[in-house]
Amino acid sequence: MSEHRFRSLAETRWRIAISLTAVMVAIYFGFILLIAYDKPLMGRLLTRGLSVGVLLGALVIVLSWVLTWVYVRWANTHYDAGLAELRRGEAAR
Amino acid sequence: MTVLQAAAQAPAGPAVPTRIGEPNAVAMVFFFAFIAITLGITYWAARRTRTTEDFYAAARSITPGQNGFALAGDYMSAASFLGIAGLVSTTGFDGLIYSTGWLVGWPVVLFLIAEPLRNLGKYTFADVVAARLRQTPVRIAAALGTLATVTLYLIAQMVGAGGLIRLMFGLSYETAIVIVGAAMLAYVLFGGMIATTWVQIVKAGLLLGGAAVLALLVLARFGMNPVALFAAAADRYGAGVLAPGKLVAAPLDAVSLGMALMFGTAGLPHILMRFYTVPDARAARTSVFYATGLIGAFYLMTFVLGFGAMVLVGPDAIKAVDKGGNMAAPLLAEVLGGTPFLGFIAAVAFATILAVVAGLTLSGAAALSHDLWVNVVRHGEADSREQLRVARVATVALGVVAVVLGILFKGQNVAYMVSLAFAIAASGNFPALVLSILWRRCTTEGIVSSMVVGTVTTLVLIWLSPTIQVDLLKNTSAWFPLKNPALVTIPLSFAVGVLVSLATRDDLAVERFAAAERRMHVGEA
Repeated sequence: MSEHRFRSLAETRWRIAISLTAVMVAIYFGFILLIAYDKPLMGRLLTRGLSVGVLLGALVIVLSWVLTWVYVRWANTHYDAGLAELRRGEAAR
Repeated sequence: MTVLQAAAQAPAGPAVPTRIGEPNAVAMVFFFAFIAITLGITYWAARRTRTTEDFYAAARSITPGQNGFALAGDYMSAASFLGIAGLVSTTGFDGLIYSTGWLVGWPVVLFLIAEPLRNLGKYTFADVVAARLRQTPVRIAAALGTLATVTLYLIAQMVGAGGLIRLMFGLSYETAIVIVGAAMLAYVLFGGMIATTWVQIVKAGLLLGGAAVLALLVLARFGMNPVALFAAAADRYGAGVLAPGKLVAAPLDAVSLGMALMFGTAGLPHILMRFYTVPDARAARTSVFYATGLIGAFYLMTFVLGFGAMVLVGPDAIKAVDKGGNMAAPLLAEVLGGTPFLGFIAAVAFATILAVVAGLTLSGAAALSHDLWVNVVRHGEADSREQLRVARVATVALGVVAVVLGILFKGQNVAYMVSLAFAIAASGNFPALVLSILWRRCTTEGIVSSMVVGTVTTLVLIWLSPTIQVDLLKNTSAWFPLKNPALVTIPLSFAVGVLVSLATRDDLAVERFAAAERRMHVGEA
């Protein structure tokens, strides 16, 4: 039972970690590829003084931090609770 | 990165009234206050540094908030403060590409590396890679990767320090290098990780505080509205400053550099070592969240500092003081707060370099003493006294090497060395870490080949790249087209690790996987 619980907890952790990594890679390389292949779009002004590129650059930074927040929030509640349960189960045996 | 380029050049005669390059009393006072405070911390830390656990891992007593600041301190070098502000002030949007690139590695560190590292290792990242593999070959290969990364990073910082100090304080290059070497040795040798951590925390506070004050002073002139600042820049220098320019002329170069920055952070030995200073995996996790916030806020401020310098100082005036543009932030400080504020910012820039050098030296010393001496030469049979003695000898040796290399590379353009260090970390260290943590079937032979091939091909391809062949050796063409080899070397290192593992057998490694996997998640029983 404990082995089964551990397995599913470990798999969930890696699924979330790898998905979030993929999101980060997509965001950043999306930004870089837009710079590389669509310069006119990045230079288009949304309002006086604010281009798409500058806005997206700031968004990449903010989103990186949001992603770390999403992970830490999940891990501090669900993952840690699962680990605590596993440890309790082991101590009881 | 271009800070180092500038540092290597003699200061050009200022075309604008500036006191940069003249001995600055305020800078001296702030700088010596920083040295005095950090040596005081070192004295306090030295009395608490008795065991190897204290020396390498600050007795695992650092809180997540403190470690967040320390990680930020280790990561934010003078290159990012002066270099990016300079790049934005002279090129506009192109400089911002670096502001984002330097941050995006941190989520990757959090998701893939921080917690398994804390649970599986003791002092170095090699502890994790070697957890279920054969110690000797893995430790030697990991030490090679660590020392290559640390040495290149150290050279870049030392040469940068020498040039900066000459530019800002008017001291000679050699004097500057020796001051940096001596102060750094004092921190690491006597205060170990406890002192090094607190030096990073003080420095991160100063750097963030200084940048924040500077950014607020700029924004105060534009109704606290960054967009009004960008508009003023576009009005004066054309809308082109808000769009991508020449920096990313070759798309593949941009992608390759991006890969090095994104995955290199997760392979930097001095960053990884910080996760051992906190009590457990949860603290390691939380500390990355704080660090990412602090570093992200800092890079967002570089938007304001860069465009602020562009509008308030002007690209031509900045380039007149220093061709690389690296004096943009100090010049901006002078415009906004006069000579005293210039002195403060100059002292912050120097403190920044000093702290980064200390962190690098400690992680290099850990590779030499913990990985090579204790685990390879002595097969783990060294007592605490001997381990500490060897660690201190290694620290002194690295300190001397850093000073000598700093002086040898005087006047050289070493800007490429920071991105090279990231490329080695991304290709030599990161794939081995990921494979050994995630893949049951990997073998000692596979991991060692991945590390060696990753490190060596990175070095060779950089040598054959336009960075060295065209920019440095003035040849007309280079055999390898990319400025940064990460686009080739990261996949290559993964492929070698997988193929060699599949071609060999390591029954012990497979057998030990279940136990290691459990420890990686649950921690020590």
